[in-house]
Amino acid sequence: MRIEIFNYGAGNLFSIQAAFRKEGAKTALTKDGRGLKQADAIVLPGVGSFNQAAKMLPMEKIRDAVRSGKPLLGVCLGLQLFFSKSEEGRGRGLSLFPGEVKKFRASGVKVPQIGWNTLVVTRESALTEGLEGESWVYYVNSYYPATKGKWVVATTDYGVEFPALVSEKNVHGTQFHPEKSGEAGRKILQNFLRTVKR
Amino acid sequence: MTLAKRIVPCLDVKAGRVVKGVKFEGLRDAGDPVELSTRYRDEGADEVVFLDITASLEKRATIRSLVRSVAASLDIPFTVGGGIRSMADARLALASGADKVAVNTAALQRPGLIAKLADVFGSQCVVVAIDAKRTKEGYRVFSHSATRAAEVDAVGWAQRAAELGAGELLVTSIDRDGTRIGYDIELLRAITQRVSVPVIASGGAGTLEHFLEALTEGGCDAALAASLFHYRELTVKQVKDYLAANGVVVRP
Repeated sequence: MRIEIFNYGAGNLFSIQAAFRKEGAKTALTKDGRGLKQADAIVLPGVGSFNQAAKMLPMEKIRDAVRSGKPLLGVCLGLQLFFSKSEEGRGRGLSLFPGEVKKFRASGVKVPQIGWNTLVVTRESALTEGLEGESWVYYVNSYYPATKGKWVVATTDYGVEFPALVSEKNVHGTQFHPEKSGEAGRKILQNFLRTVKR
Repeated sequence: MTLAKRIVPCLDVKAGRVVKGVKFEGLRDAGDPVELSTRYRDEGADEVVFLDITASLEKRATIRSLVRSVAASLDIPFTVGGGIRSMADARLALASGADKVAVNTAALQRPGLIAKLADVFGSQCVVVAIDAKRTKEGYRVFSHSATRAAEVDAVGWAQRAAELGAGELLVTSIDRDGTRIGYDIELLRAITQRVSVPVIASGGAGTLEHFLEALTEGGCDAALAASLFHYRELTVKQVKDYLAANGVVVRP
């Protein structure tokens, strides 16, 4: 199994690759998505800024791949790119779901949110299999997806309740970092890989 | 709405081994970095800090392959410090699997480095480590593994670092390091009352109560310990169970 991971910024891409490799998947980094057709799944990782990533991503190629049924996982910023716009900048995202990306504004919370917060499963889905009730996962974010619908399968609360995990058909996104979330995160990555194998 | 308070084991690494001394001196062997970090992860550590403690003294870069092995075995956040003196050093550490970099001596010499790091990698990546010692004139900052006094007040430096873009402060009491007589709560309070970024307490942990003090009275978001965990006097799990029983929100 080969997973294509988009590289659109500075930061740690080592951990997400290591996490997938630990589960037996092969990973490759790409900037332009040249190898997308041969890939079994696509990952949009969680480092960088919305504008920068929106500028670099081959949007049409990714949308085509999604339409063809290829599994897509977005992590943190990667999930935010599923929406058309973000308060982080003027770039245009993939518009895979309705809604937009907003900045934390609640009083009394530090921005960015950095640390372990809850993950409360609100709806059964392929990605949350084996997770019961409340888990703890690792978040690093100043922005969150504001979206409502059956694709929201888990939520959390940081001054505002927001979707922590969206999942519909072959498109899945986590606002937290599963590759940094211990056992719970590992389970989610395994669940994602299982959708690839199916 | 509240984030969990974090328990952070710290690996002080010299020549590829974890070492630990008292008040930054008399180092003795405490084990293998990969083995120890994996054990802490299994015990429920929320994060691991890796400090190449001789880097600044011997002007040596952080041991990259070791960072990579530790990063590959961890699925929790991982901070690397010691010898991070430039953007290039930070980039290498992040590319080797660090989630955050900790800067100390270089930031004191060139505070602008903090702003630059925050600008390029984001504040969430930037930890400023402050080694402080109580003097007649108040708490002073020391650099070069606590061997040189910087003419800077610890609280003032903490505020400045946060303003420049530090996402987190790692505050170590040099007087308490390795002594197990408790964190310097007065120092921690002075800083947490004046900055809004998360503060990690370091230096002096010896009992379960010490962790509770740092996270409540001290106002800290995380508590770090080294020798206590290395020599199995307490496990991370014991600490977290105790905190939970005393009403502190921790990740179970």
